[in-house]
Amino acid sequence: MNTAEKYADERLMRSHFHPREAAWNVRDAWASWNGYKFAECYYDAEYEYFCVRNSCATYDICPMQKYYVQGRDAEAMLNRMVTRDISKLPLDRVTYVVWCTDQGRMVDDGTIFKLADDRFMLTCGSPCGAWLKMSAFGFSDVTVTDMSDHIAALSLQGPTSCAVLKKMGLHGIDSAKPFDIRHFPFHGDTLMVSRTGFTGDLGYELWVNPELALQMWDELYAAGADYNIQPFGEEATNMARLEAGFIMPGMEFNEALKTIHFEHDQTPFELNLGWLVDFNKPHFNGRNALLKEKERGPKYTLTRLDIEGNKPAEHSYLYSNKRCTREIGYVTSAMWSPAVKANIALAMVKTDCLEGEIWAEIYYEKELRQYNKAARCSVMKKPFWAPARARATPPPDY
Amino acid sequence: MEHYDSIIIGAGHNGLVCAAYLARAGQKVLVLETADKPGGLAASREFHAGFKAPVAHSVNHFPKKIVTDLGLESHGFGTSSESLPTIGLSEEGHHVVLQGGAVTGVEAGDAAAYPDFMKQMQRFADALKPFWLKTIPRAAITNLADMMTFGRIGLKLRMLGKEDMREFMRITALPARDLMDENFDHPILKSVLCWDGLIGSKMAPRSPNHAVLPLLYRMSGDYCGDPGSLIEALHAAASASGAKIRTATAVERILVRTKDGVLAAQGVELANGEKIEADRVVSSADPQTTFFSLAGVESLEIEFTNRIRRLRCDGYVAKLHLALNGLPEFTGLDQVGGRMIIAPHMDAIEFAYDEAKYGECSNEPVMEIVIPSLRDSSLAPQGQHVLSAHVMYAPRRLKGGWDDSKRESFRERAIDAIARYAPGIRGQIIHSELLTPKDLESDFGVTGGHWHHTEFALDQALMMRPTYQAAQYSTPLPGLYLCGAGCHPGGDLNGSPGHNAAHEILR
Repeated sequence: MNTAEKYADERLMRSHFHPREAAWNVRDAWASWNGYKFAECYYDAEYEYFCVRNSCATYDICPMQKYYVQGRDAEAMLNRMVTRDISKLPLDRVTYVVWCTDQGRMVDDGTIFKLADDRFMLTCGSPCGAWLKMSAFGFSDVTVTDMSDHIAALSLQGPTSCAVLKKMGLHGIDSAKPFDIRHFPFHGDTLMVSRTGFTGDLGYELWVNPELALQMWDELYAAGADYNIQPFGEEATNMARLEAGFIMPGMEFNEALKTIHFEHDQTPFELNLGWLVDFNKPHFNGRNALLKEKERGPKYTLTRLDIEGNKPAEHSYLYSNKRCTREIGYVTSAMWSPAVKANIALAMVKTDCLEGEIWAEIYYEKELRQYNKAARCSVMKKPFWAPARARATPPPDY
Repeated sequence: MEHYDSIIIGAGHNGLVCAAYLARAGQKVLVLETADKPGGLAASREFHAGFKAPVAHSVNHFPKKIVTDLGLESHGFGTSSESLPTIGLSEEGHHVVLQGGAVTGVEAGDAAAYPDFMKQMQRFADALKPFWLKTIPRAAITNLADMMTFGRIGLKLRMLGKEDMREFMRITALPARDLMDENFDHPILKSVLCWDGLIGSKMAPRSPNHAVLPLLYRMSGDYCGDPGSLIEALHAAASASGAKIRTATAVERILVRTKDGVLAAQGVELANGEKIEADRVVSSADPQTTFFSLAGVESLEIEFTNRIRRLRCDGYVAKLHLALNGLPEFTGLDQVGGRMIIAPHMDAIEFAYDEAKYGECSNEPVMEIVIPSLRDSSLAPQGQHVLSAHVMYAPRRLKGGWDDSKRESFRERAIDAIARYAPGIRGQIIHSELLTPKDLESDFGVTGGHWHHTEFALDQALMMRPTYQAAQYSTPLPGLYLCGAGCHPGGDLNGSPGHNAAHEILR
């Protein structure tokens, strides 16, 4: 019996960039994302992280879910679904959004690209076709098309990313402001570039017809050769996004539709994303519940912590006293940040305990021996890391 | 511009009941009705020159409270506490007759079991009765009044006594067939007793989920009467209380606008473009029509919208009207004044249902027949009569869709079925008409042509009717209320939804 045939449907799909990525992946360190074979790292996660922070590197976002929402009612349908008001979103702009259940619990976050008055692209981390279908029901002119497999997308992040794109021939890309979208002719087709990303640094995302995916990769890597361009995987991404303070499903929040236990999911207010909830909009999904949440104040608040010492506070509980007897929260993500030179963490802290002392009970291992210690945490009001170049237009040249 | 306290969409009996209560409480009320006269499915309509009949042909369990509160008797509603005899027809003329708590035409064993069975069912019906005229609170109780409602339900059931309460719990979701098989032998008696549990629903005797609740609902009314006189009395009572009723006025949509920063229903726009403002809009239309066609999903929440979408709203009952040149004669039957049921055994209903379940019309339809012109002589020329029958099963979503020839063929099948019991009927027919659920949908604006607006079943009952967040007559859209059969307690000519909605609005 041919077992390869038998399990054909079970095998991970290969990204449009896989032939090139496989060559780079000297560690054969593959994980999966939405059914795609996906690199944890290619060579060394920390090395890749330093590439992102010091030169530039690419992250494969083919497995990210992409939906076209089209039709006369597309804007109305999306505007009812997400908490932010997208009716004022200009053409060729991107905006970061979250969407919630009727009860105001977060289903997912993602970005909306306005490609035409009646055409939007929604991207998000995990499949949400069923939710989009539910959201579209009752509108007379809106279609939702899952484009996930039909668009090849690559994220180029890092301080030299703009320089590389210029060298690749994308003239004028330096005038694109954060969240702008530009279109470039590319071998008889179009290469769409958005100034977006998940690293908090200067960066772009490239969207192209899958048939041109490898050609685009090759041209990008040729242009980036002198800039030490390098692919980066899941682990480096997770480091960069934590420094940027971006939330991750399965870490900072649990998608509401996949949550079984009562209120083990989150509201945008708990995730410190209240700024995305626009109560000037007379209606959006979860509005009533969120208004109540806002008036009452969230039970927990996602908080940036600077923790003494250098032991990452991964999976730590938080307490209001050094003896660690009064629990007030839990760490969602933690790392020693090379860029900030600090022991940082994102944590869910009971809102009414934010003003008092916060202690993390950190567990760590030293040569098979387990230790724990209480470390004092201080709340960081500002982002851990937000370089000026991430927002500058044109970005500094290299 | 005119401004009303409440605009009520639809002058069916629930819309009129609600309007009358609101107007009596001092509200300025406007009722808007698409048809050129009030009554909805209970309105008498001429189906042939000189012959009239309402689609809903009987009032079997109308609450005394509404009759008293609104003075319906003084407005001409002729009430009777005695229901029509129910006659299970037999081809050979050995009919089974249920009247006044006794049954005839069956063996001694069944005749002896029947009164006890009915008494027990009546005790159950009486225990539930107070709650048909009450708002059933949300499951998450937030106040003392709601807690007391639940407490009273529990107490009522407990007061049935241990044995009755156990039996009640046991049979609540029992298929009708099991209940009847346990108690009786005569096939006609069994199918006739099933009938009130399933008429109007997508159900048959073997279906779980239904047997008792609709049956008890139908056993818990106070008055029987005639639909025409009920509608006239309600119309008169509502008008006398000051409610304004505009017929031939179709509502195009509910005006949803921002008020205090949120969307709210603030009036209606008519088909002719006219806008009428109101503090609230109360819809007696079915939930899908109300939320999707009139309010629009844009102003609703996504999960709520999809709960309304999944309501089971397909009708399975066709309506047959015959204009007859005289009183029909049924083999072996002295008087045709009762409610006659053609369903010789429970499997006849079941097999008729099986075909409909897969999208076909029943080959051997089962039905309930009355001769309304016997009670209301205005429905037919003198000496002539109208036969009115609810014929099951005719699926709204017929395979391949309804057309004239399919309608005609089902009509003939229904007449053939009657002719087996009333052999001379074909010679008496002056005109015949069959309304399919699709016809009911387009002529009366009710989704799926469903009598009860949406299935009357356990999962769509009580605080789940039509769905949570709209089961207390208010809806998630501020200013929009429901008062139709899609709300607790449900369908039939009963008026409780209209009564309860008014109570919630005035609270």
